[in-house]
Amino acid sequence: MIFKLNIWRQAGPNAQGFFEAHEVDASEDSSFLEMMDALNEQLILDGQDPVAFDFDCREGICGSCNLVINGTPHGKQKATTTCQQYMRDYKDEEALWIEPWRATAFPVIKDLIVDRTAFDRIIQSGGYIPIRTGSACEANTLPVEKDVADAAFDAATCIGCGACVAVCPNASATLFVAAKVAHLSTLPQGQLDKKRPAKMLKAMEDEGFGSCSNYRECERVCPKEIKVSTITTMNRLLYKANKSA
Amino acid sequence: MSEFELESHAPKGPLQDRWKQHKFNCRVVSPANRKKYTVIVVGTGLAGASAAASLGEMGYKVKTFCFQDSPRRAHSIAAQGGINAAKNYQNDGDSVWRLFYDTIKGGDFRARESNVFRLAELSTSIIDQAVAQGVPFAREYSGYLANRSFGGAQVSRTFYARGQTGQQLLLGAYQAMSRQVACGTIEHRSRCEMQDLIMDGDRAIGIITRDLVTGELESHLADCVVLCTGGYSNAFFLSTNAKGCNASAIWRAHKQGALFANPCFTQIHPTCIPQHGELQSKLTLMSESLRNDGRVWAPKNKADCDKRPEDIPEQDRDYFLERMYPSFGNLVPRDIASRAVKLICDEGRGVGFEIDGKKLGVYLDFADAIKTQGLDTVREKYGNLFHMYQRITAENPYQTPMRIYPAVHYTMGGLWVDYNLMTTVDGLFAGGEANFSDHGANRLGASALMQGLADGYFILPTTVSDYLARRKPVKAENYQSQVDAAMQASKTRISALMNAPEPSVTPDDFHRQLGQILWHACGMAREKESLLTAVEKIRMLRDEFWKKVKITGEAEQLNQTLERAGRVADFFELAELMCLDALEREESCGCHAREEHLTDDGEAKRNDMDYSYVAAWQYSGEVSKPTLYREYLHFDFVRPSIRNYQ
Repeated sequence: MIFKLNIWRQAGPNAQGFFEAHEVDASEDSSFLEMMDALNEQLILDGQDPVAFDFDCREGICGSCNLVINGTPHGKQKATTTCQQYMRDYKDEEALWIEPWRATAFPVIKDLIVDRTAFDRIIQSGGYIPIRTGSACEANTLPVEKDVADAAFDAATCIGCGACVAVCPNASATLFVAAKVAHLSTLPQGQLDKKRPAKMLKAMEDEGFGSCSNYRECERVCPKEIKVSTITTMNRLLYKANKSA
Repeated sequence: MSEFELESHAPKGPLQDRWKQHKFNCRVVSPANRKKYTVIVVGTGLAGASAAASLGEMGYKVKTFCFQDSPRRAHSIAAQGGINAAKNYQNDGDSVWRLFYDTIKGGDFRARESNVFRLAELSTSIIDQAVAQGVPFAREYSGYLANRSFGGAQVSRTFYARGQTGQQLLLGAYQAMSRQVACGTIEHRSRCEMQDLIMDGDRAIGIITRDLVTGELESHLADCVVLCTGGYSNAFFLSTNAKGCNASAIWRAHKQGALFANPCFTQIHPTCIPQHGELQSKLTLMSESLRNDGRVWAPKNKADCDKRPEDIPEQDRDYFLERMYPSFGNLVPRDIASRAVKLICDEGRGVGFEIDGKKLGVYLDFADAIKTQGLDTVREKYGNLFHMYQRITAENPYQTPMRIYPAVHYTMGGLWVDYNLMTTVDGLFAGGEANFSDHGANRLGASALMQGLADGYFILPTTVSDYLARRKPVKAENYQSQVDAAMQASKTRISALMNAPEPSVTPDDFHRQLGQILWHACGMAREKESLLTAVEKIRMLRDEFWKKVKITGEAEQLNQTLERAGRVADFFELAELMCLDALEREESCGCHAREEHLTDDGEAKRNDMDYSYVAAWQYSGEVSKPTLYREYLHFDFVRPSIRNYQ
């Protein structure tokens, strides 16, 4: 079937962007990105520059793909990355408006591709447990209560896609930071570094992300359903660290 | 290219002492001198990130490169099921020896004893390391680590983090690497792809890269180069690999003198979501762990194939894996399960979508598991996988059985490496899936993560140090002419791609065609005539590729079509070598099923008399005329037996 698209085109970080209209023929069983592939094949054959967009695993785990579809980061299906959206869910849409993540800290590189290296720098500021290779103790000498481990796992499933930032009116990365803090700082092996939340939040602000003012939009669009309760966990740790310091 | 003997440098003596002794024999670089040495690591998945982090911690100057926008996105992240380790926490008789034996038998006796034993030995340290990093493995209510079973083993030794074990282990390695970036020991470049090696005679001294954002070519010199760039399943176009996975780094290294071992050993994973359409861009794996509780079946009668599965009564269902392999049942190794599924579908008993006139799919049914264990338990174990299945197929696997079909998943073949993981190019190492070393002709489930991390955390840091300790640091000013030559070669190649004489076909279009040829001739079943035809077809299509490939846009900017074309060009050459290797190996073993060498029941007939070797291919200057070297395998501790999972 035929889909009507309006796609954001932008030649480079400083170029003026605009919406470009296209029509593409794709089966409703194809995925959203396969529909984009079909468009690009057509553009190449017509001698035009294909639309640049990020993708890799196409199974919802690598966090590369990042399209805003009709105003919603990743698209209409909840808890689902762009690559796992299927055209069968979009066949009744009059037109599809496809845009990049928009945030100061995620500058557009080209078309729908943005620079998310700010997330890497946030992790570098404290999103790790500093253990050297080879110096670990035997794994079962450190039992972890199952519910603690499960909660840490839930927070650790963040794929670093940045949808939380894209949807936030403040373009805040608080959910991303909180997910990492809630993963590492609640596990016994990660509790030594009391300054982790403060370091990571500072790095977040330095990168130009906004602060959290509890809109909770991030939770709504997160493809991995990271909960805003991770932010509560982080804030509590932040408060405790400040008190003891 | 010179004649040489392949020397594995595998140590002698008692198997259990070899790695310890070898580590002691390895030289070390004093802490004060380490920062004088630069190590390049290409690829930052499990093997690359863990190697880079460990080398950085030691104090070397490490430069890392990945084509993704962050190391956290490497395809290791998609590994679902788990990681093996001989911890014997279940007290079910596991040991390093048993993991070693299972792995070497699983690989159908086509891997080196020394390497596989070392892998089994290191497996336990990997779990310790990962737990200390905060990898949230599944735990029992007691707070201690949980295990599950996996194919090809009769003990429960697989550690897991729900269906996202690869993700959690990769994030652990990525975070360790990020810490080193912050410390200044690692300089990392994302969106940057290796184009070629910089060679000084027979020695690798650096790489040429293309910045994928600006298109700029850059040179990077180093004291040694480590390739951890993954496997080449994407040669088939449709595979379970991420779209960006490619063989370019290892293939360019091959063309600079690194021998390519066992290229035809490609693993076909039995439980993937079947292909459903023309536009399909990739196949999605459903973890092998599902076979713990899911039962694989097909209708007994062809007439039932179009019925809804719930309308087919129990007595008309053929639980063929349980029937054919009663002792391992649904948990037979991957190659065996895949071939059985193919056999059923070839008989016309497949279900689901028709591709090329055949229904390609069988059922993986959880009804019994849900009945006995309850919905919540099944959801707890496999929730994310069921969700993924439902998103892709629009069917609810809690209510109707999944449909599955085998798909290309992993490549056991790769750059030939010695016991030190060094290729035949001096100063060039290969780790993880990029090398051939540990899985023989078939990899057991939950062993890829184990191997990538054993290479990265524990082996490469030791052997790279040993290499560096023998050399003085490279001085950049001495190598300008070598850099210029490598740079020029990369420019010429890009220019040839950008300026095909009759541009009219997209790189993806060529890639699909190549994939079809490979899948039919060099997939689950191989046979002389069809392999010969495939070689001819690949050669013709390759010529056409260089004539007609169409790339729009410029080379000096972000150009995803150019990136793809460069990778497809390499797949075209590698694909031919895969077929030539499959032709040469006149036996069936592991994943490699030559139709001429199967028993009447379709089981592999291995030929240890003639083929108990690693086939290592040398680039002769002409892609179609590679030279074969044989590294004969010696089994001093296990006796190669017929793999019997019945």
